[in-house]
Amino acid sequence: MSAATLYGLCSAVLVGLGLFSLIVHPQPLRKILGFNLIGGGVFLLFGAVARRGAAAGFGGDPVPQALVITGIVVAFSATALAVTLLLRLFQQTGQATLASDE
Amino acid sequence: MAFDVGLAVLVLGLAVWTTAARDTFAAVVGFVAFGLLLALVWVRLAAPDVALTEAAIGSGVTGVLLVGASTRLRPVAVLAAGAGPCAIQRLAAAVLCTLVTAGLAAIVLLLPEPAPTLAPQAAKNLGATGLGNPVTAVLMAFRAIDTLLETVVLLLALLGIWSLASDRVWGGVAAALRYADPDGALTLLAQLLAPVGILVGIHIFWVGSTAPGGEFQGATILAAMWILTMMAGLVDAPAVSRRWLRLVLVAGPATFLAIGLAGFAMAGAFLGYPESHAKLLILTIEIPVTLSIAATLALLVAGPPERAPQR
Repeated sequence: MSAATLYGLCSAVLVGLGLFSLIVHPQPLRKILGFNLIGGGVFLLFGAVARRGAAAGFGGDPVPQALVITGIVVAFSATALAVTLLLRLFQQTGQATLASDE
Repeated sequence: MAFDVGLAVLVLGLAVWTTAARDTFAAVVGFVAFGLLLALVWVRLAAPDVALTEAAIGSGVTGVLLVGASTRLRPVAVLAAGAGPCAIQRLAAAVLCTLVTAGLAAIVLLLPEPAPTLAPQAAKNLGATGLGNPVTAVLMAFRAIDTLLETVVLLLALLGIWSLASDRVWGGVAAALRYADPDGALTLLAQLLAPVGILVGIHIFWVGSTAPGGEFQGATILAAMWILTMMAGLVDAPAVSRRWLRLVLVAGPATFLAIGLAGFAMAGAFLGYPESHAKLLILTIEIPVTLSIAATLALLVAGPPERAPQR
């Protein structure tokens, strides 16, 4: 098995773990962490595909690699917005939960 | 290969820890370590540019943001821990996630052979951009529209964060990031590290045209230095109503857009560069974009205004 396949399988597990976090954790911050795990998995899948596309003297296909760089920065800005929304919720209501029936 | 297997096991172990840890703060720490190891994975996948970005943003700046948030949310972290879905729902979620993982794993194992790649085209057209780093060429020339939109997305996220300020403090200053006492080690570290870090940031940006590096990686290091000096209390966050600050924030996207539009006249296409001046134009875009991204990233971490503006 090549390194690309190994990390590709690793990325599949990361997406599953992140999705699980997103679903089962009641705390929003844990959901944000789960979302970032999914993101890491998806980016790593791109990395595996890029590595398989090594050609013309490059170690990997530069196009998916550049897309991942864009993705990491956008994921960070979305995380920052989500965290700020959460902190504002906590400031306003004194709690940080998405439950509506309490 | 043994190294790769060990690294994959460690990465997965930290991901499991991030998912399963009872304490939110422990999960956050696990996630930061996970990001650092992921950067190592990127090196193993022959993507040093992505590795730099992952280490700087995915682990570093995200880590500062998440650790800060989990510290502020500590009072409610324990209260919320009791609630949650019941065992059956958890089981259903586990089954669903396993199916998703299995589907993705099948895709990975069934990827077409030989792998489709754009590397030969990138290599063929690299000369026309005057750059030596194919990833920078994709970011700044072949897929420049993505990068332009990304700088705008960063600004939109910052606007979203600023608009969460209450009316009273609108246009004011972000909550103090300051954690350290003035005589503490962090202050000394910030004084020593910041000048070196700024040089490293500029260097990483500058070598990006020919070697791993580039505007995002350099900008993140510059942002980290600003955040560090703010945390050490050496400088205060600027009031968001300051005109110079807003000019710095929009300078990058504005220059990018202006040169992109000028492409219609110079090369007959939006974001087209005439071959003779491609590198000069790309650098003209990259310098303000780096400054704008650095300022945006630091302010995204600093958060919305929470103190009224002075005067």
